[in-house]
Amino acid sequence: MPVSRDDVLAWITAIASVLAENKNYLTELDAAIGDADHGANMDRGFKAVMNKMPEIRDKDIGTIFKTVGMTLLSTVGGAGGPLYGTLFLQAGMKTAGKMEMTAQDWAEALEAALNGVVMRGKAEPGDKTMVDALTPALSVYKQAIAEGQPLHIALQRSAEAARQGMESTIPLVARKGRASYLGERSAGHQDPGATSSYLILNAAAQTWKNSA
Amino acid sequence: MKKLINKPEDVVREELEGIAYAHSDLVKVHFDPNFIVRADAPVQGKVAVISGGGSGHEPMHGGFVGMGMLDAACPGAVFTSPTPDQMLEATKAVNGGAGVLHIVKNYTGDIMNFEMAADLARAEGIEVEAVVIDDDVAVKDSLYTAGRRGVGTTVLAEKLCGAAAEQRRSLKEVADVCRKAKELGRSMGMALTSCTVPHVGKPTFDLPEDQMEIGIGIHGEPGRTRLPLKSADEIVEMLMEPIVSDLPYKAGDEVLLFVNGMGGTPLIELYIVYRKAYEIATKHGLKVVRNLIGSYITSLEMAGTSITLLKMDDDFLKLWDAPVKTPGLRWGV
Repeated sequence: MPVSRDDVLAWITAIASVLAENKNYLTELDAAIGDADHGANMDRGFKAVMNKMPEIRDKDIGTIFKTVGMTLLSTVGGAGGPLYGTLFLQAGMKTAGKMEMTAQDWAEALEAALNGVVMRGKAEPGDKTMVDALTPALSVYKQAIAEGQPLHIALQRSAEAARQGMESTIPLVARKGRASYLGERSAGHQDPGATSSYLILNAAAQTWKNSA
Repeated sequence: MKKLINKPEDVVREELEGIAYAHSDLVKVHFDPNFIVRADAPVQGKVAVISGGGSGHEPMHGGFVGMGMLDAACPGAVFTSPTPDQMLEATKAVNGGAGVLHIVKNYTGDIMNFEMAADLARAEGIEVEAVVIDDDVAVKDSLYTAGRRGVGTTVLAEKLCGAAAEQRRSLKEVADVCRKAKELGRSMGMALTSCTVPHVGKPTFDLPEDQMEIGIGIHGEPGRTRLPLKSADEIVEMLMEPIVSDLPYKAGDEVLLFVNGMGGTPLIELYIVYRKAYEIATKHGLKVVRNLIGSYITSLEMAGTSITLLKMDDDFLKLWDAPVKTPGLRWGV
């Protein structure tokens, strides 16, 4: 089964609850190397998204993603607002008018989303940012699809790659964002943006377990 | 957490309501999206100067809205940059037909949100220029970081640009004043204590009684190094030497010396800091021709100080001395 519009709505709902659960965890990670607001900002953003749910329940996937993106842009603030806003806006452009997504559709949406984040934030892999979780998640996903794996398996591998990417940020010295001001002192801490990116992709793998 | 607040989520809105009651002669406060504009905005034919940033740095930026300084300020959540829709609406509200200058502090989030706002405003036919302030000498290796942070020079640039705009200089000329201030201003800060973000409820970092953070920004983030606490004179030397040696200030140059409190440091200590900073500047042959002493760009209740040096010339002196009438800075009126 492809990913339906209702599956997408379920994913958005799952993101809101996983970010609410991890609000303090994300903020603690941010307090170590940033400014202690990432958890609260993401939670505020997705609570605002949940308030928009009644308006988007009967829309196409592209409209849903674009509404999520615009809502995050106007409620999250910080670097997270433009970056996650751009991520969902770009995914929304690729899925405009679609009522369901195939495995290939998701590959294209995720690729556009990652490219948007890179364009907006100008970060490269290894800079200790969300790009470190998103980049391996996309490449592992595309590889699994190319091998003919069903969507839910590809998503599981993708989420696992995001988790490893997230953990790979621990020893890195930040070169982008507020953590970069710490220089060598940023090493030894997991990047909060890479962590929220993993949580979001893992929520897709958990929610779309029956998709092929 | 001991704070004079009601609920953490209401902090910014209730602060803005207080500002609206207190300064209705100077400013108007707009809610959803949140921004503060000068009471007579838009001023036709005048370049509008806008800044914005996270809350928690008061009086910056909202306290600097008024005649002779900012036309609008956009406050984000505490220590979180404002969003593009706020800046877009503020830009539209103050546009008097001569263009709008965005003064942006160099933080990743601020840059991205302001860029998106400027794109949206230009799409609506408003001429927008943006200047990014990055004056913090504590940040080195700018090729491998997000670059130097925007700190104390921001306050000075807002005053100078506001005055230039009042003289009806063009958008490019006002932006040039900002770019010149950014080139000629240098800052460095330190913290004696951390600060507590209201929705977090506990200090952002632990700093023992006998330790200090050198090279901090303005968001309660840890600095470059943690050292055993020293005397005021020794601390001022640690801040002043990197500033003086960073710019090719030469003997005989005239400077403005800005000693800023981080929010929890009393004026008595800031004057002790000023005393030593003045002596070091003088020792280097610099002539301190203007000063600013007080808590103008703060990090909530953090104790500590930042020092900013700005090289002055005749134009900057005239712009600095020009009348200003805002909640946070007022003279000549």
